[in-house]
Amino acid sequence: MRSRIGEVSTSYRWAVASRVVAAVFGGYVLAALASVCIAWLLPMARGEAVVSAMMLSFLVYLVAVLWCFASHSASRAWVGLAIPGLVLAALAGLLHWQHLP
Amino acid sequence: MREGFRQAMAWLHTWAGLVFGWLLFAIFLTGTLSYFKDEISHWAQPEIPVRVVDAQASLAQAQTYLEANAGNSPRWFISLPDAREPALSVMWQDPNKRGRGAFTRHTLDPQTGQRVEARDSRGGDFFYRFHYELQMGYPWGRWLSSLAALVMLVTLVTGIITHKKIFKEFFTFRPGKGSRSWLDGHNAIGVLVLPFHLMITYSSLVIFMTMLMPASINSRYDGDTQAFFSEIYPGNQRLAAAGQPAPLVNLAVLYDRALQQWPDGRIGRVSVQLPGDANAQVQFSRHNGDTVSRDPGAAITFAGTTGAVLELPRDSAAPMVVAGTFYGLHMGLFAGPVLRWLYFFCGLGSTLLIGTGLVMWLGKRQLKHARSGVRPFELRLVDVLNVAGMAGLVLAIAGFMWANRLLPATYPERAGLEVDSFFLVWLLSIVHAAVRSGSKAWVEQLSLAAIALAGLPLLSLLTTDHGLPVSIAAGDWVLAGVDFSALGCGLVLAWVVVKIRRRAALAALPAMRAARPVMPNEVH
Repeated sequence: MRSRIGEVSTSYRWAVASRVVAAVFGGYVLAALASVCIAWLLPMARGEAVVSAMMLSFLVYLVAVLWCFASHSASRAWVGLAIPGLVLAALAGLLHWQHLP
Repeated sequence: MREGFRQAMAWLHTWAGLVFGWLLFAIFLTGTLSYFKDEISHWAQPEIPVRVVDAQASLAQAQTYLEANAGNSPRWFISLPDAREPALSVMWQDPNKRGRGAFTRHTLDPQTGQRVEARDSRGGDFFYRFHYELQMGYPWGRWLSSLAALVMLVTLVTGIITHKKIFKEFFTFRPGKGSRSWLDGHNAIGVLVLPFHLMITYSSLVIFMTMLMPASINSRYDGDTQAFFSEIYPGNQRLAAAGQPAPLVNLAVLYDRALQQWPDGRIGRVSVQLPGDANAQVQFSRHNGDTVSRDPGAAITFAGTTGAVLELPRDSAAPMVVAGTFYGLHMGLFAGPVLRWLYFFCGLGSTLLIGTGLVMWLGKRQLKHARSGVRPFELRLVDVLNVAGMAGLVLAIAGFMWANRLLPATYPERAGLEVDSFFLVWLLSIVHAAVRSGSKAWVEQLSLAAIALAGLPLLSLLTTDHGLPVSIAAGDWVLAGVDFSALGCGLVLAWVVVKIRRRAALAALPAMRAARPVMPNEVH
C-alpha cells in the first residue's frame, strides 16, 4: 500500500474506505458471531461461557481487522470475512434454535 | 510476501495511529490522572475534613441520615470512607423517577453525619468520567472510547509486527539525532511498558464487554439480559415490596457480622433494597481495593428486618475471576502508594508513546516538504491538532484546576463552570495553535502550562485556607501531594520548553539540516 500524499488515485481511496468498513463493521459482525458460537460450545455454566465468549470476541475482532489490511485487495478482505462469517452464522443459528424449547 | 505483510501493518499502524492519536492521547492522559482521582477530588474540595476513619460509626451516621432524608426511597447505597477517600457518601433512588437521573448523592461528614458543605466541584471525577465518556451522552462516549481502545490494540499489535527486531532496537537509543531519536524513544517506551499498554487497552474492552458484545448474552439467555446480570452479580435482583412497613435493623450491628467473612478485609459498600419494608434486604460488599480481582461474588446479603443471612459470599468461577482481574488491573484500586505511582508513570508512558508517534508522523513529512518548499494543508492541520491535542490539553487541565481555586467557593453551579473552563481553554488553544507557527505554538502553550501548574501551590495559598504550610502542618499529605505534583509537572514542562527552544534554534541553522544523514531503513 502506498501512503504518499497527493499521489493516490480515487480507486485507491475507495479501496481503503472499503477495507475500513470491512474492518470496523465486518470485523464486528464476525466477532459477535464467533462469541455466540463460543458461548454455546464452551462446556461450562452459561454465565461463565458468555463471559468467556465476550472476552475472546475482541481477539477475533483484532485478527479480523489485521486481515482486512493485510490481504492483497479490498475484495479479498471482504471474501476473507464472508467465508468464516457464513460458517459461524450457520453454526450460531443451528446452536441457537436447537436449544430453544 | 512477508515484507509486503510488514509494510501493510506499518501502513495500518501509521494511519490508525494518526486518525485516533489525539483522542487516544486525551483518553490516556485523563485516565492516567484518574489513578489519583480521589486525591484530586480531595484537593478540589479541601473543605471536606480529614477524619480518623471509623467505617462502622460512619455506617450508623449514614443510616440515620438516610432514614431522615430518603425514608421512602426503594434503594440506598452507602460508600464507606477509607484511607484514600475519607468522605462518607450516600446515594438513593427517587421512588418516582427511573433511569440514571433518579439517583441523588450526598457527601456526609463521617463523624457528625451532617452533609458536608464543600465547594461544588467534580474534582478527579471529571477526568475519570471524561476518560471514558468524553463528555458525550450515554452510551455514545463509551462506544467512541471503546472504538479508540480497539484502534489502540490494533496499533500496538501492528507496532510489534512492524518492529521485527523489537528487543534489539530497544537497546539502541541515539539521543540528539532528530527524528531518529524520536523513533528510538517511541520504540523504547513502547517496549518497556508494553505489558501495561496491552493490559490497559484490552481490559478497557473487557470492562465494557456487556455493552460492546451483547450477542452471546442475547442468544444464550434468549433476550433476557436481566437474567444474565442476576446470575453473575448477586444482589442484582429487583425485590417486590411486601407493602407492610417494618423497621430496618441496625446496620452497624450487621457490619460486624459481615466483616467476619473477610477478617483481614474491609467493607466497601452497603446497599439496602426496600428500606422500611418487610421485604427489605441489606447487602455488604467487600472493598474493591482488597483484592486485585474485582469479585462481584464477594458480598453477603441479610434480611433487612430480622438480620438473618440470606446469601453468603460465593466463589467465582474461573472466567469471572479472569474478567474481574482485568477490571481490577485496569482500575488499580488495589494499589498502594508505590504501585499507584508506578501505574501513573506507566500511564504517562502510554501517553508519551502516542505523543511521540504523532510528532514523528508530522516530522518525517515536514522534512520531505521542507526541501520542496510547499506546505500542504493536511500537514498544517496535523500540526495544529498536535499542539492543541497535547500542549492544549495539558493547558486545559491546568485551566480546570485554576478555575477550581479562582471561582468563589460558595458560587452556585461552579462545578459546571470548572468544566466549561476546561473546554474553553482547550478551544482557545486550538485558535492559538492555528494562528501561530508550529514550534512557537508549542513553546508558548507549554510555557503557559508550566507556569500555570507550577503556580498552583501559590494560588492555593492565596485563595484558600488550605495552602501548603497548612496542609503540611496538618499532616494532610494528599492535599500537599497534589500541590507538589502540580509543581513537579510544571518544572518538567519547563524543562521540555527549554529543550524545544534549543532544538528550534539548531534547526534554524541551514547547515545543520543539510548535515543530517538520511537513514535508509526508517520505518513508518
